[in-house]
Amino acid sequence: MLHRKSVQTAILLSVVVGVQLLTRATDTGYFLTQLTMSAYYVLVITGLCLLMGYAGQISLGHAGFFAMGGYLSAFMTTHNLLKFRGSVPVSLLEKAGVLVTRQDLYGAEILHVHPWVACIVAVLFTVAVAYIVGGPVLKLKGHYLAMATLGLGIIVYRIVLGSAIFGEADGLSDVPALTLLPGLEVSGRLSQRISNYYIAWGLVILSFVSLLNLVNSRVGRALRAIHGGEEAASAMGVDTAGYKLHTFVLSAGFAALAGVFLTHYNGGIGPSEASVMKSVRYVAIVAAGGMANLWGALTMGTILNFLSLRGYFGSFDDAVFGAILIIIMLFAPEGIMRRDFLGAVKQIISGGDKGQQDGHTQRQ
Amino acid sequence: MDILNVSNLSKSFGGLKAVNQVSFSVKKGTIKAVIGPNGAGKTTLFNLISGFIPPDGGTIEFHGRNVAGFRPFQVARLGMARTFQHIQLFPGMTALENVMVGRHIHSRSGFVAGMLHLPGMLREERDLRERSMEIMEFAGIPELAGVEATSLSYGQQRLVELARALACEPSLLLLDEPAAGLNMRETAGMADLIMKIRDRGITVLIVEHDMSLVMNISDEIVVLSYGQKIADGEPLGIQKNREVISVYLGQDDA
Repeated sequence: MLHRKSVQTAILLSVVVGVQLLTRATDTGYFLTQLTMSAYYVLVITGLCLLMGYAGQISLGHAGFFAMGGYLSAFMTTHNLLKFRGSVPVSLLEKAGVLVTRQDLYGAEILHVHPWVACIVAVLFTVAVAYIVGGPVLKLKGHYLAMATLGLGIIVYRIVLGSAIFGEADGLSDVPALTLLPGLEVSGRLSQRISNYYIAWGLVILSFVSLLNLVNSRVGRALRAIHGGEEAASAMGVDTAGYKLHTFVLSAGFAALAGVFLTHYNGGIGPSEASVMKSVRYVAIVAAGGMANLWGALTMGTILNFLSLRGYFGSFDDAVFGAILIIIMLFAPEGIMRRDFLGAVKQIISGGDKGQQDGHTQRQ
Repeated sequence: MDILNVSNLSKSFGGLKAVNQVSFSVKKGTIKAVIGPNGAGKTTLFNLISGFIPPDGGTIEFHGRNVAGFRPFQVARLGMARTFQHIQLFPGMTALENVMVGRHIHSRSGFVAGMLHLPGMLREERDLRERSMEIMEFAGIPELAGVEATSLSYGQQRLVELARALACEPSLLLLDEPAAGLNMRETAGMADLIMKIRDRGITVLIVEHDMSLVMNISDEIVVLSYGQKIADGEPLGIQKNREVISVYLGQDDA
């Protein structure tokens, strides 16, 4: 078990390093930008995979959590508090290092929340919202849960689109870098391109390995038990509501963290990150990866996001993900990252109805 | 000494009184059976006791504590495990993993320990696996450990489900029709196993249609009809009880 895990981690690491070396050798370093962005989306998608594939709970609100993290961090690091400088709390916070000054795009001085504080507050706030919303919402099952989380996503979208402080349709820009260590920062600066690629994928590998660990633990077993039969799980003493809520909150936290990092990387965030189509895209990718398959989510998340960000889908971008969702549900409800996929296709073409029997996201 | 004491328990579904003012008790270390014709309210009674549906009225004292209105996982944590009339194994998991879920309340690693695979968690996992294997051996199915549970035969699935309930180390085990769908030989094996479970000191409450099984293994029997208790006592007395006979064989209207 332990051995297998180190092998898997080593493979993952070498692929990440290999890809970087490949872009260097072929002089295609510009790919690293989209690969870095893909990594943050993969972070959302693997977290959603835990919730959907293992705990069996759907969420169409994860773009909302992603945007919540990104927007909050962006707001706190771009909102100018200079006019409050005279007040006691602001000057105290400034002395404590919570508030810092820098020059904005036009050279004017701006007093704002330290990026690290903003990052932590943004993630904690999102986690708190997920906790409060998750309690009542996760009592719902199947389509109803999908609708409720969809509603949550729409609310976040309308708020960021309609609020002046969140920049309305323009979103927020001029978000400063998030300095991890001296000389190592999350930012879109060209000189930081390679280091950011490794920051992003390092984060993905860390979270991925911890998710792999989790699904192979007592908690993972309890989650799969809930997915397989909620009644039987609760009869075995599993607090089904509690586990669902914790998983929901954990995956919302992953989404918020990804939102924060991508926002600092891009130097801004726009309302399209909160749109429902983004949530649908995440769900589609988890489905394409095979639902209860973290490796599938990782692979499909990387490939599809990379292609989308490189613009290979052109103006059909959203349509492509809609189509993927339809095709997966029709032909391979257990995803295409499984061995007997071709068999299933043959069966459907020859008129079988295997697709009806297995692999539903929700079991009632 | 009574491990379970049910008094005046009631549950209605719309106008139907599925369980109506039922009272009975189960002595520690015995096998007690609940019998009755179809629709008598036996499964509803089980669902009430194990917390799956809240009662309209009455009390359920388990180890002297009223658990009426508790949720299933809370009842389970107090030491009550159950099986289901329609087998409910977890699909996509091996038989051993199914049994390991039964050890849930006897293990404690949470999200953080699970994500980091802390040494304590790994040790616990190993113990859990060993203990679950022992229980599968007790149930006579160690060879099924690595097989996906839902791909097993019906009789084997019943045994895995029973092993999963035993893994909870319950003080009271509720078995909902454990012999349903089993052939004669399997039923006999099940009877032996249930008695072996009692001999381990686990109290058993059982709903069953197979009369020979019930009469052979039960220390006491409670009979329900249309949601009401009509008899309660030792098998021999129940067999001679006029009301029970009329409920089962029909009454002579003449």
